[in-house]
Amino acid sequence: MIEVKNLTKRYGSKTAVDNVSFSAEDGEILGFLGPNGAGKSTTMNILTGYLSSTEGQALINGVDILEDPVKAKKFIGYLPEQPPLYLDMTVMEYLKFVYSLKKCKLPIKSHLGEICELVKITEVKNRVIKNLSKGYKQRVGLAQALVGNPPVLILDEPTVGLDPKQIIEIRSLIKKLGKNHTVILSSHILPEVQAVCDRIVIINRGKLVANDTSDKLVQNLSGDHKLIVRAEGNPAEIRKLLSTIPNMQDVRINRENVEPGVSEFYLNAKEGNDIRREVSKRLASRNYPLLMMKSSELTLEEIFLKITTGDIYGNIDDEEKKSKRK
Amino acid sequence: MLAIFKRELKAYFTSPLGYVFLAIFYAFSGVFFWIFSLEMGTTDLSTAFLLMFIVLMVFVPLLTMRLLSEDKKQKTDQLTLTAPISLFSIVMGKFLAAYAIFAAGVAVMPVYGFVMSSFAKVSWLPIWGNTLGLLLLGGIFVSGGLFISALTENQMIAAIGSFFINLMVLLLDTLIGMVPSGIVKTILGSISVYSRYAEITNGIFSLSSVIFFLSVTFIFLFLTVRVLEKKRWA
Repeated sequence: MIEVKNLTKRYGSKTAVDNVSFSAEDGEILGFLGPNGAGKSTTMNILTGYLSSTEGQALINGVDILEDPVKAKKFIGYLPEQPPLYLDMTVMEYLKFVYSLKKCKLPIKSHLGEICELVKITEVKNRVIKNLSKGYKQRVGLAQALVGNPPVLILDEPTVGLDPKQIIEIRSLIKKLGKNHTVILSSHILPEVQAVCDRIVIINRGKLVANDTSDKLVQNLSGDHKLIVRAEGNPAEIRKLLSTIPNMQDVRINRENVEPGVSEFYLNAKEGNDIRREVSKRLASRNYPLLMMKSSELTLEEIFLKITTGDIYGNIDDEEKKSKRK
Repeated sequence: MLAIFKRELKAYFTSPLGYVFLAIFYAFSGVFFWIFSLEMGTTDLSTAFLLMFIVLMVFVPLLTMRLLSEDKKQKTDQLTLTAPISLFSIVMGKFLAAYAIFAAGVAVMPVYGFVMSSFAKVSWLPIWGNTLGLLLLGGIFVSGGLFISALTENQMIAAIGSFFINLMVLLLDTLIGMVPSGIVKTILGSISVYSRYAEITNGIFSLSSVIFFLSVTFIFLFLTVRVLEKKRWA
């Protein structure tokens, strides 16, 4: 269980993390999403006690990371952005070092053997880390985080540098680990977060801009009031007809002649109004065959772009303008 | 602490660093032993001990330069600083590893005594006293180097920085000679590492010197912990 309360980190006059609060329950996989330089790594470094926060609090299983760092760090396995590997050691030497560094009490041989199997590094365990490929280094980094079986895993972009097959393997591994660990995973790859995480926290320029389940994020930001419709008939007339629907804000002809005689329309009604029935009825009354209707659901990708560029919430844009005026 | 100590100790021998340092130590002390004891026909090792000050001043930075700077550069400090151990045990582990190599070098000094004892009667007390003095001096050099190493990411800067500090320690005595007697001279005189070490090689082994060497070592270790701590707070 991780609780972050009003976390702020300033470097001089630059605010890297600005008043961020969120929490991750036991057995939850939390996706931490944001463009480069949004403050993801800084937040994770604060959570793991590598950096301190300027203000605010981070609790790991109820233990404040600043008050009692040694106790709090016992709960955490951390894979930083760049895996912290001693290049002059072999994989097994390194894992044994981490094992004794974390004062782990589990039976060493079987425990490290299991981890090697889990992240598939058994075949390289006697090689010097310096000579491993980036993918293997990344996996040794992940193995290091798993040593001691900590209840909380904090993984900073765990799939960077892996090939597509390995990415899928690591993702399913993380999903498996998520069943009995609390996992925080940062990424700027959206499908990854969507595939793995139960909940998504999006931060941009140090500010928290969204915190919800991925389904809800998609739902909230699109919904039934935005439709894409294909109908056969004169586009201008159909447009006029659909515009008369109550609460309709905007009807646009997206493309004419998608198929012969068929045009595609983009409908935008006021929020909270389900216009699907009305659209169907009106088209039928005038004998315009309705060939397709789907809600223009945003993909997470679009949501992400909208949120981080301030299209939907608008607050970021406003603030920018404000600061420019100053 | 033990984990870090073992890793660092091993690292000295997976890279040439440990071998180079020990080779330099043995070579220089051997040459001094030959010139100032064997050639001079005396069983007195104190000149060799005194000259080792200069040698160690230059070469201990080799031992300490990468201890913390390399961790910073390779980001392995993200492992050690997020592990459930105290900063002091990280610093102590690193210090003891470098100090162990240093002590392995110093261990050769009594061996010269044994070599001489087969030809003549050796007075052992000054030799043991000098060895202990050298070990105490090493504490200052190693902890000072560790402290500088904590300040930078660059090994070369760490090495040159700690060499420079050691040089200042030596030059302090020249400065003392130029200052007119008075309060400044007394203060400078009392913090002079070199004159205290020279005192020991002359056969004067005082408790105040021992406490002085140990305190300076401790202060450097304490400052190193503070530097790591500051990183968390900055």
